[in-house]
Amino acid sequence: MLTKRIIPCLDIKNGRTVKGTNFVNLRDAGDAVELAAIYAKEGADELVFLDITATVEGRKTLLDLVKKVAHTINIPFTVGGGIGSVADVSALLNAGADKISINSSAVKNPDLISELAQEFGSQCIVVAIDTRHVEMKKHIVHTHGGRTPTELETISWAKEVEDRGAGEILLTSMDADGTKDGFALELTATISENAGIPIIASGGAGNMDHFQEVFTTGKADAGLAASIFHFKEIGIIDLKTYLTEKGIPMRL
Amino acid sequence: MADVTIIKYNAGNVMSVMYALERIGVSYHLTDNPEEILAAQKIIFPGVGEASTAMKSLVDNGLDKIIPDLKQPFLGTCVGMQLLCKHSEEGDVECLGVFDVPIIKFPKTEGFKIPQTGWNNLYNYNCELLNGIKENAYVYYNHSFYAPLCENTVATTDYILPYSGMLQKDNFYACQFHSEISGDVGEQIFKNFMNL
Repeated sequence: MLTKRIIPCLDIKNGRTVKGTNFVNLRDAGDAVELAAIYAKEGADELVFLDITATVEGRKTLLDLVKKVAHTINIPFTVGGGIGSVADVSALLNAGADKISINSSAVKNPDLISELAQEFGSQCIVVAIDTRHVEMKKHIVHTHGGRTPTELETISWAKEVEDRGAGEILLTSMDADGTKDGFALELTATISENAGIPIIASGGAGNMDHFQEVFTTGKADAGLAASIFHFKEIGIIDLKTYLTEKGIPMRL
Repeated sequence: MADVTIIKYNAGNVMSVMYALERIGVSYHLTDNPEEILAAQKIIFPGVGEASTAMKSLVDNGLDKIIPDLKQPFLGTCVGMQLLCKHSEEGDVECLGVFDVPIIKFPKTEGFKIPQTGWNNLYNYNCELLNGIKENAYVYYNHSFYAPLCENTVATTDYILPYSGMLQKDNFYACQFHSEISGDVGEQIFKNFMNL
């Protein structure tokens, strides 16, 4: 049976993780490769690396990091952040990334999704959607870390990215993100039910029950979180054991 | 001579396979040269992307003529496996025909996303590449097209319906999943292949 996936997310700047980490056994808390190796060993199903570097020099460092990660871990990983062209994607896949994730560049130029799907196949193209609730039942796509609203309505944008060839959607609720009050269940469920492709839910995870809810009520295919894993508030093995006991299919 | 030869063609990146081999200490040689492929000790045939484009790339290099007659241990993964089959619905293309089974698209089914993306289990093992791996082991899949069960099926997976997770016929071995990123299970499969 296909299992639900647990995905830790690492924010990267100039080749190092930037969100604080609480791994006492790390030689260097900022070392993304070491952190990735620990997560892989603990049973993470995939990893996502989000590069927030703005400089050209930093992007080169990212490619070195991707090579090291690919060399070290034996599970799939996705790289996102600052990807705007076929050449960017080609460089990342050639460095060893299994999938790439695009966000603002897809909003700015939706044709990019189709081009990338055509060139590399839908299976490695993830479209990240940052969404915010604006008024009664209305959700709008935001860019720039959720600060800038767009004209796009979230549910119809999700449909469009699928039609254009995205292989997966990484849905982040900017309302839930950082609250630790749980994932945006209703919106995630609506999008997942309308989509033929897998949905990765992100934003709001604070405890193990939140993951159970996002896989049942929220109908998500994967759950992504960052700080609760980095700060060891929830261990991946404990989480997957708990979810298995609750009847959620997990790879243990 | 390298331990294993990887067939190079236009079917996505082969980096993940190369890294997986490095992790288990296997040396490799990447080539699209028919003579070097004929002389190889063992061959890995990776693949991601679209079947008809990948098949065209093989035909352009003349590799479609030599692959079916190879006698060395040969391992195809993902699209590499699909190209070893008879025909693919993806791009409606004739493939290499090593396995007498077509590749078809998963039927649209309520409650199942396509592509299948993630970890699913293998069962009904009948292949030496699975030696030392416990029944119902999880491997990583990312695909929309599949090989139905057939006489060459040596491991089964269920998604919408039971289908071929692995195929084998004589020296030809094939995995629909991505053994190169399937954790310790995937590494054991490569090790078993290298020990053939």
